[in-house]
Amino acid sequence: MEVRVQNIRKEFSRFPALNDVSLDIRSGELIALLGPSGSGKTTLLRLVAGLETPTDGTIYFGDEDASRKTVQQRNIGFVFQHYALFRHMTVLDNVSFGLKIRPAGRRPSSAEIKRRAMELIDLVQLTGLEKRYPAQLSGGQRQRVALARAMAVEPNVLLLDEPFGALDAQVRKELRRWLREIHDRTGHTTIFVTHDQEEALELADRVVVMSKGQIEQVGTPDEIYDTPVSPFVFGFIGQSNILPVRIENGQLWIEDRSIGISAPGEKDGAAQLYFRPHDIELLDGCGGCIAGLVTASRRVAGTRHVELDIGSTQGKVEIELPRKRPQPIGHASHFARHGGNCSGTDHPPVDL
Amino acid sequence: MTASTRKRWQFRQPSVIPGFGLALGVTLSWLILIILIPLSGLLWRSSALGWSTFWTLATDERTINALRISFGTAFAAALVNVVFGVILAWVLVRYSFPGKRIIDAMVDLPFALPTAVAGIALTTLYAPNGWIGSLLTPLGIKIAFTPIGIVIALVFVGLPFVVRTVQPIMEEIDKEVEEAAATLGANRFQTISRVLLPGLTPAVLTGFALAFARGVGEYGSVIFIAGNLPYVSEIAPLLIVIRLEEFNYPAATAIAAVMLVISFAMLLVINLIQAWSRRRYGYGA
Repeated sequence: MEVRVQNIRKEFSRFPALNDVSLDIRSGELIALLGPSGSGKTTLLRLVAGLETPTDGTIYFGDEDASRKTVQQRNIGFVFQHYALFRHMTVLDNVSFGLKIRPAGRRPSSAEIKRRAMELIDLVQLTGLEKRYPAQLSGGQRQRVALARAMAVEPNVLLLDEPFGALDAQVRKELRRWLREIHDRTGHTTIFVTHDQEEALELADRVVVMSKGQIEQVGTPDEIYDTPVSPFVFGFIGQSNILPVRIENGQLWIEDRSIGISAPGEKDGAAQLYFRPHDIELLDGCGGCIAGLVTASRRVAGTRHVELDIGSTQGKVEIELPRKRPQPIGHASHFARHGGNCSGTDHPPVDL
Repeated sequence: MTASTRKRWQFRQPSVIPGFGLALGVTLSWLILIILIPLSGLLWRSSALGWSTFWTLATDERTINALRISFGTAFAAALVNVVFGVILAWVLVRYSFPGKRIIDAMVDLPFALPTAVAGIALTTLYAPNGWIGSLLTPLGIKIAFTPIGIVIALVFVGLPFVVRTVQPIMEEIDKEVEEAAATLGANRFQTISRVLLPGLTPAVLTGFALAFARGVGEYGSVIFIAGNLPYVSEIAPLLIVIRLEEFNYPAATAIAAVMLVISFAMLLVINLIQAWSRRRYGYGA
């Protein structure tokens, strides 16, 4: 089901948590709300669920105005970071809870409830554990029970609040892949909240980057990484270097040297240049590139991270190189951009 | 695996926490001194009676009635306390309102107040000419000097036990569990009856056991309101005192021994249920 969020504002005792947020989510989409803590991503998720009431604005499920409905009426599935399982119920009872409590008219027969619950337990690969209590399961298993429980009510939209936040790295990775599979098989419209960019970029169809109660950018993982629309997105997603530069007649200058990058349409004056560490290559002398002294070099798995000192006013930049090119410390190097993109700020960001 | 590493049975599991021997020693000596010696004295005295004498004394009709009244009223009072104690704890945990601290402190008053004072106060209220009693008498309801009076006194002394055991567990309940129930479509009533209360079972059982045990042993507050009519509203502890005043030590011993055995058996059963439900719901170990 489509979910449309329209001009939502939410204040907690006068402190604005969300400020005029609008978002369209397509039916069957897997969407990530990504942002640092305090960016309002969880608040937005809880507003869609109906666990919070908006100060202003409307939320539509399909064509229906859902904002006047209670949580119970919205028919959503919600998965909490800390599972929130019912500890006095077995796995089977947890999963069938949503169906069992329906009023007699809408409640399937108990045999049907059991069949559906077992089917979901099978889907989340917990067959054989349906008689266990949550206390007898590992963290990853508990979260899968929570997901099965949320899906049992055949929700309009599935909402996950940092679903893997409490799990260790290995399990998290495994569950991530597995959630993608489940999503592709069941086709539920799914929104999940995360502060882990790798998770968002790997899992989601589209990523919503949020900061300070506002949406910074909505786009596919590629768009978010390759063409960030604001300095915040550039800095928040992936690694980046920032250099203070000057714009003169559409050209970038560092101190008194032109660095051969143009920024058409940008106003003259001070600006900041953003670039990715892996969009840089080292050259032995050139015109219009930046010179620096190698101060540190570290091998990190398949790449080599090299730190360069490019002068007292500029500080240090870190670049990533193929591991085959060792750089002795103290070696004087020049570097230049190779493809990719950079962006500047102070005025609207420069997208090169 | 070599022979030397094979696991042998050990009384003490290896642990990094020091002082096991000392702590266990102190614990056992203390238990023996405070609980075991007086109680075994009681059992020894009653065993000296001989089985047939003991049986005659224990099955005396007045004794049986007194025991039935003691355990019956304590059970009823503990049930009442469970219901209202849980509601009271709920209010104290969940809501904030002016005067909450005062109510919280009032819950402990039955702990501190001399029980005789409570008994006299309750009797004054519920006697046929008291504030509440005078309203009920025209309706044909008599409270003071009947088993109902005993229950009321026991409700009074037992209330804090339930509230104070349930309260901390209730504070621990994650708000998310309630939200989860709501997202699955559960209304308020279903959330409380199917999710929250079952989760509180171990704590409620503990509170029930404590209130019940307190009720069985209660003396001070009851004797004023009970009226103490033999066969009707005479509690076992009072009968023991009566027998003592008659210098009928064997009878007193026999009643006491029967009380001891029944209480121990009931508390043991409650404890077992509790341990089972705790294990099942994953509390503690």
